Amino acid sequence: MTEVLFGIAAAMTLGGGLGVVATRNVVHAALFLLLSLVSVAGLYLLLFAEFLALVQVLIYGGAIIIVLLFAIMLTRTREYPRISDNRQWPLAILAAGGLFAVVTAAFLWKPAPDAEPQGPGLAKLGETLFTDWALPFEVASLVLLVALIGAIIIARAGGRG
Amino acid sequence: MPDRFDLPVDIGLIALGLLILFTALSVVVLSLTWLERKFLGRLQRRLGPTRTGPMGLLQPVADALKLVLKEDLIPAWADRTVFWVAPLIVLVPSFMIWVTIPAANNLVLRNLDMGLFYIVAFSVVTILGLVLAGWGSANKYGTLGGLRSAAQLISYEIPVIMVVISVAMLAQSLDLREISNFQYPGVQSSPQESGFTNIPYAVIMPLGLVIFLIAGLAELGRTPFDIYFAESEIVGGPFVEYSGAHWSVFFLAEYMNTFAIAALTALLFLGGWHGPFLPDWIWFLIKAYFVVLLIFWVRGTFPRLRIDQLMAFAWQVMVPLSFVNIVIVAIYLFYGWPWWAASLLSLACTMVIGYLVYKHMSRPAARVAEVYRRQQQANLKRKLEVGGR
Repeated sequence: MTEVLFGIAAAMTLGGGLGVVATRNVVHAALFLLLSLVSVAGLYLLLFAEFLALVQVLIYGGAIIIVLLFAIMLTRTREYPRISDNRQWPLAILAAGGLFAVVTAAFLWKPAPDAEPQGPGLAKLGETLFTDWALPFEVASLVLLVALIGAIIIARAGGRG
Repeated sequence: MPDRFDLPVDIGLIALGLLILFTALSVVVLSLTWLERKFLGRLQRRLGPTRTGPMGLLQPVADALKLVLKEDLIPAWADRTVFWVAPLIVLVPSFMIWVTIPAANNLVLRNLDMGLFYIVAFSVVTILGLVLAGWGSANKYGTLGGLRSAAQLISYEIPVIMVVISVAMLAQSLDLREISNFQYPGVQSSPQESGFTNIPYAVIMPLGLVIFLIAGLAELGRTPFDIYFAESEIVGGPFVEYSGAHWSVFFLAEYMNTFAIAALTALLFLGGWHGPFLPDWIWFLIKAYFVVLLIFWVRGTFPRLRIDQLMAFAWQVMVPLSFVNIVIVAIYLFYGWPWWAASLLSLACTMVIGYLVYKHMSRPAARVAEVYRRQQQANLKRKLEVGGR
């Protein structure tokens, strides 16, 4: 059963990703991206990481795609719905291929231990996050704060000019 | 590899459960439409529907039939795929969150350990459907409505999530069943050791309840907050081009969400399905319908906000208040205060902020009244002078 579900989720992830680059319409690309990201949540679920799966749906499926669509709609949508193709594609292929090669090499070099997958549990996760990983956590929140302040400053400057 | 999905999962049983849930929700939605029309009518000194069946009870059926029989139009310039997919993206999450909302201890399709977080995560996806519906119908009003819905719903998501976090802090759990068991004495001892804390969370943090209700109303887009489909401004927003069955899908989702917010308020703050004498599920329905009536009452009472007022209210009042609520709960938990101390502090905060907001909101009206009073005085003076002459 797991294999079948994994196959479906993986196929949907890949298909969604393919759709993102293949479709000519930006909004359709965003929809394909949603499909791909939600399928990744399904993969997490198969790996017993329920929390991560829900976070994936909340952050990527909800927030990021919405902001993406928001940006697309604020630009003049009807004038260029065919923007998903430009001169940077050889570079993009190179970057994607490079990343794929590195990740594959890493997996071949050091295969994942054949451990039993198990969810860490929410309480355990929170405990680790706020004790062992407290510093990175705080740094991440600081980065978010800086981004927020930066956005406000840009918005204010635009309003004055 | 241990295989959790190789359990003897009976797909037929799951499908049957989903079907029963969907039917029950549809019945609830029909009852809500009737209740809303009747209740609003009474609030406005009307009778509401009376012609169809006894007390207009068959009105929802007539409405549903009308909707199904109506022609389903698609605008020529609409993006057909997006136009078709959008209602589904709205409906599916609204239905999916009901999988884990319990109506009684065992009356739930699937109780999840992280039920509360699951609900928050999936309810966000609804926004996407509204944005797509607005954009896909190739209509300026629709697109405006879509943008407005994204802005509004994302803004009000933050106070909702913050209040949910404070509930989770009190219960030390995201399991809806546990959360509501903790709120009634003698069911399950609460995670706080000291003091008597098996009381509804509405008593411990009234501020949280107020924030949850207001922000929940905004999430639903019901009347004081129906900015994104404001009929008098953008003629229906994302739904402007939808008709017939497609429109009814949005309608169904909206009422499912309304009932979901009511049910969550009951579960998180009002002690869930617990209560004396009556069976559990009846208590749940009583509490949920009570909150629903409150929502309808608000709809019948308040005028619509403006979009800038709405956003200002979200970021300047609701978000800071939700942080205040979290801080109060944290202090209460950390120092092991008696519950009434947190309750009083929370209540005092609610009162003060409520008074300040009321003063601020009524300032223009007060100014208008002042100008009017001066005019009256001036007129009176002139009349007296004329009379004296």
